[in-house]
Amino acid sequence: MPVYSTHYLFLSLLLFSIGIMGALMRRNAIIIFMCIELMLNSVNLLLVAFSKMYVDINAQLFVFFIMVVAAAEVAVGLAVIVMMYRKVHSVDINILNRLKH
Amino acid sequence: MNLYDTLFWFFSAVAVGCALGVILSRNPVNSVLFLVGTFLAISGHYFIMNAQFLAIVNIVVYTGAIMVLFLFVIMLMNLNADVEPQKGQLIQVAGVISGGVLFLVLIAAIHKASPMPIDKQSIDIGLINNLGKVLFKEYVLPFEISSVLFLSAMIGAVVIGKKEPALPAEGEAQ
Repeated sequence: MPVYSTHYLFLSLLLFSIGIMGALMRRNAIIIFMCIELMLNSVNLLLVAFSKMYVDINAQLFVFFIMVVAAAEVAVGLAVIVMMYRKVHSVDINILNRLKH
Repeated sequence: MNLYDTLFWFFSAVAVGCALGVILSRNPVNSVLFLVGTFLAISGHYFIMNAQFLAIVNIVVYTGAIMVLFLFVIMLMNLNADVEPQKGQLIQVAGVISGGVLFLVLIAAIHKASPMPIDKQSIDIGLINNLGKVLFKEYVLPFEISSVLFLSAMIGAVVIGKKEPALPAEGEAQ
């Protein structure tokens, strides 16, 4: 069975859905953050597959810029989580509902 | 079944299995290691699609830098399976159902897409030579702006992570 573009479509959709499930299921803020990284990577995989399909180099550069933004996002996000842990001594997102009250 | 297809199924199985391990394992350190496995499998996909530069960057940046940063933070906080907060059974089932429904909706949206063959002839598109030419000719401005983004992210991380000076009133209250 040869590999077509739809195989990559299904694979990255599956990875994206697993990321969504993880973000909804878990209460640990760091795990949720990791699930977001997983979703970003599934989109990157799909972009590279389409770049291969259409022989277009711009998609691969777009993946490069997504990686740049993800790296910056991880730096700031982990700083926020560490700051939060220093304040409340937990990374449980159920404790962080002060904006609700 | 040629080498390309075999490798595709192998890397796909590893990626999906490790992704399930990320969301199912109780210990956060195991989650990080499973995510490293997923990223390595995705890098393998990049390799078989002749996107060599992106494969190397994915390994170096994601598994080498970002996941090690995650691992440092988890070990700094001394998180393990005992202190791991768990959602109730109902919420977990609801999360799985809503994720699965999203998957079904997206599948229903794309299942009629005509399968196009992956072009295996163009092997030089992902080489750093060609990518660099396009990056520094057409995408010079976004490239420079991303350096400003990194600078602001670095300053932001330092400002957020800085220890606040203890207020005297707060110290007396405690």
